[in-house]
Amino acid sequence: MDRRSFLNAGQQSVEQTSSPSIMRSMASGLQPYNGAWTKSEVIHLLKRTMFGASQKDITYFLSKGASAAVDELLNPVAPMPAPPLKNYTNTTTPATDADFSVAAGQTWVDTYTADGTVQSNRRTSFRSWWMGVMLNQDRSIREKMTLFWHNHFATEANDIGTARYVYKHHKLLRDNCLGNVKTLVRAMSIDPAMLTYLNGQLNTRTAPDENYARELQELFTLGKENDPNYTEDDVKTAARVLTGWRNDANKNASYFDATRHDTTDKVFSSFYGNRVIKGKTGAAAGDAELDELLDMIFSKSVEVSRYIVTRLYRWFVYYEIDAYTKANVIDPLAAKLRSGNWEVKPVLSMLLKSEHFHDALNQGCQIKSPVDMIVGLCREFDVIFPDATDHAVQYVHWNYVRNWGALMQQNIGDPPDVSGWKAYYQLPGFYGIWINSDTYPKRNQFSDTMAVSGYTASSKKIIIDHIAYAKTFTNPGDPNVLISDIADHMLQLPLSPTIRNQLKRDILLSGQDQDYYWTNAWNAHIANVADQTALRIVQKRLQDLIKYLMNLPEYQLA
Amino acid sequence: MKRRNFISQILPAAVLPSLINGYSVRAMSPSPLLDAMMNLAAETDHVLVMIQMNGGNDGLNMVIPRDNYALYQNARSNIAIPESRILKLAGNDRTGLHPSMTGLQSLYNEGKLSIIQAVGYPTPNFSHFRATDIWMTASDSRQILNSGWAGRYLDESFPNYPTGYPNATMGDPPAIQIGSITSLTLQGPGASMGMSITSATSFYNLVNGMQDPAPNTPAGKELTHVRTVARQTTQFSTTIKAAAEKVTQQGTYPTGNALADQLKIVARLVKGGLKTRVYMVTIGGFDTHSVQVSATDTTTGNHANLMKNVSDAIKSFMDDLKGLGVQDRVLGMTFSEFGRRIKSNSSVGTDHGAAAPLFIFGSNVQPGVVGKNPDIPGNASVNDNIPHQYDYRSIYASLLQHWFCADNATLQAVMLKNFQQLPVVKNTACSNINPNILAGERLISNYPNPFTASTSVTFKTNGGHTLVQVMDTLGRVVTNLTDRDYAPGSYTLHFDSGNMPAGIYYLRLQNETMQQVKSMLKVR
Repeated sequence: MDRRSFLNAGQQSVEQTSSPSIMRSMASGLQPYNGAWTKSEVIHLLKRTMFGASQKDITYFLSKGASAAVDELLNPVAPMPAPPLKNYTNTTTPATDADFSVAAGQTWVDTYTADGTVQSNRRTSFRSWWMGVMLNQDRSIREKMTLFWHNHFATEANDIGTARYVYKHHKLLRDNCLGNVKTLVRAMSIDPAMLTYLNGQLNTRTAPDENYARELQELFTLGKENDPNYTEDDVKTAARVLTGWRNDANKNASYFDATRHDTTDKVFSSFYGNRVIKGKTGAAAGDAELDELLDMIFSKSVEVSRYIVTRLYRWFVYYEIDAYTKANVIDPLAAKLRSGNWEVKPVLSMLLKSEHFHDALNQGCQIKSPVDMIVGLCREFDVIFPDATDHAVQYVHWNYVRNWGALMQQNIGDPPDVSGWKAYYQLPGFYGIWINSDTYPKRNQFSDTMAVSGYTASSKKIIIDHIAYAKTFTNPGDPNVLISDIADHMLQLPLSPTIRNQLKRDILLSGQDQDYYWTNAWNAHIANVADQTALRIVQKRLQDLIKYLMNLPEYQLA
Repeated sequence: MKRRNFISQILPAAVLPSLINGYSVRAMSPSPLLDAMMNLAAETDHVLVMIQMNGGNDGLNMVIPRDNYALYQNARSNIAIPESRILKLAGNDRTGLHPSMTGLQSLYNEGKLSIIQAVGYPTPNFSHFRATDIWMTASDSRQILNSGWAGRYLDESFPNYPTGYPNATMGDPPAIQIGSITSLTLQGPGASMGMSITSATSFYNLVNGMQDPAPNTPAGKELTHVRTVARQTTQFSTTIKAAAEKVTQQGTYPTGNALADQLKIVARLVKGGLKTRVYMVTIGGFDTHSVQVSATDTTTGNHANLMKNVSDAIKSFMDDLKGLGVQDRVLGMTFSEFGRRIKSNSSVGTDHGAAAPLFIFGSNVQPGVVGKNPDIPGNASVNDNIPHQYDYRSIYASLLQHWFCADNATLQAVMLKNFQQLPVVKNTACSNINPNILAGERLISNYPNPFTASTSVTFKTNGGHTLVQVMDTLGRVVTNLTDRDYAPGSYTLHFDSGNMPAGIYYLRLQNETMQQVKSMLKVR
């Protein structure tokens, strides 16, 4: 088939993703992976469980086995990040506002504010800080899982408004990201941010609000793919169970107001076995009925476990689930989630250590999310950000790269709606939704900026150091080895020898045929690193090479 | 002759009144009257095609001295072209061409070829990489510049590119490189002014038109999706494709000649109506350290094939342009990063050298040979090089002034200093000038410009963090004029240049994800 018809065939297949694909016919299950443990496997594991595979992390995990590497990723030892800091001023803040008591560079999360501008500045501080946490992530799956839960329990900081709620909600996600699903759902149900975002605080016996009750079932636990399913009446009834919860902004906490609670009995549909939750009164009624409601929902354990596992699978592996994968991967993982009493870690362990995860068909098939693209690029090229000595400058740079994510349609803290980002649920496009005529050029603009001009603020510049990057490889003086090493690190689909040779010739050798021209240029630089001419010769060529590879469509895959 | 004298003598010629339809008009001073008379439209825009001969071309076997043939033959007996086989040039018995350059011979005889002897620069560099960078940036031998000369010129014409482009005035890329990597020549002070394409119908990043097939796996499926979007969204792909599709018939080009393939694309895009000013094409293989010629017949072999490919490609390109009716719009030049040694080596080849001749071709060239044949010593040693008669930057400056009709301020901003003007373009070429229409929104500017001590810098920000830097031509930051958050709007800053030396500086505006660069000139 010539290229044109091949590409056309590809276009057709994109439109047909809902039908069974001939391309994905899996034959691997959850047996522990016992195959080779080389750079290639390490990079695959790291690109999926962290943001990008940094050279240091690759080297580190290469010395472990597949199983030990996953154990380490799943058991973070680094302390939780310190909270976001005040990086804004109080120029328009009313003099009575408590925010004045927070000094610059101190955290604002313990201090109430009534001022809208301060709230807005705090939300920006929070988003910048979060980007910083991801950029500085430890060797664990924690940040990928925190973002997973943010996508799962999607809330929008701008809608919530109160920045302390936003941070508290976020901390809940991170603290529980490798914990118990049911515990997390319970905490979410009375979380001040969630009570604000899905109107739980407005849900009273006289005016029930169904918003949270619906999403609790449709998006957070059961999913809507499992028909037959809960009924509309179940949504209304669950809303009555959840009446009475309110927020106290001063205390930064929710509380139960028994006077607002619906004390009548709640009768559910046959889907839930016509279960009745007895109406209760008093201060403990809210907690008691909530527990009963969640016990009832989680009693639909097959549906809930399959739904949660499917979400995890689409986050870490691929979106298309063929019959074999359903039977041999999804269902056994769902059983594991149930038998482990809703602990998520054993499920991740089983999946990430499996033959299925390392199956060749599951490699390189994710289109990087914008955050993966941005944080991954900065980490893989070891872009140096300003250090903590000047938090204000640090936050400016973190916010700069965060804004690129927003331009590419992934604004952390503010997903498009309660369903999260479409790339993880929208048939038939899934990951492909990230890439369109608006976002694709922006991805290239971002990588071009980081490769060529960098970004400068307060005299601090973030930019890729191409020479330092080349030095992380074993033999940068040999253009063949260097191109192969760089391509293997940057791209999950191998570049053919023909293309590697052409890139070597066109870029590293400036059109010449003899490898020693590059070797001599590299050696000349190493021999005298202060020589600006020698430096510039290798720097320019490395920059062209890396920029070129980052502009390849292949670079968008992980 | 001193450069100053030379310029003062040649400048009047460039602004001599010329007679068009009985009216006396001054070239170089575009007026509504002139525009109306010349019926200026997009098709009068001038195009420059640069042919890079990669590897260091052996100029001495390309343009061969007939008047001191014995010395030539003596210095390189194992590769010398036999005297009888040298192609003769009409009206010139001192200089000839390599025997496989019959195409260029006929162009010369038709008055469409200019040969400039011994082009180089002081203190030549013998490294491919460094010498290539020098030619592309138009720097001194020991000066490092971060932008290309054509990129600087195009940046003057199309300020702020690519921000605000394509637009109504300029809907096409300012420069096009046929190939996979955009050359340093086309790098402007802020952004590359060029776009690389490998064919007239395929526009996104491909190495020499090659691309690994997408595998029949999930990864292949996702890759195909990204590639599809990448193809659809490549900037200017629509206009380039539309231009190419307007041209359904072209002249005959030789087969198996990569340079001809590239020039064919250029002819198609020029005829198709692109306003692109500069095209770059390349041909490699000139690094002929060994087996430059066939030992049995020095008129054949590797270098002979290269000479034939260059000559055939240019001739068929010129014929095609003529057939398409656009030959008057196009001027071409060849260049190579250096010439080769006078004396051949024992591997039947030549090592890295210094100055070499180059060609300028087109119906608007001043035909002939500029300069004299190089001096060849009687006992040429392995270290003997051809010294330059003309600085390569004089060619650029001449093309800018007489082909792109650049004014003195532009010339200064692009070339960074004064260079000798050479008589390579017909004096009438700039009577058809289409004045540069500035396109794109100017977000940063300064007044006065040029300035002596200080100047006011005005910039427009969309709000948020805004950085204004002054950089020198080496790309070093001289000072940050501001580096803080702003509300949206226009602001003016004062720049005091203090003890900084006179010359070109760049203002760089960075506002969140957007950046623009503008040149300014400090004079004494």
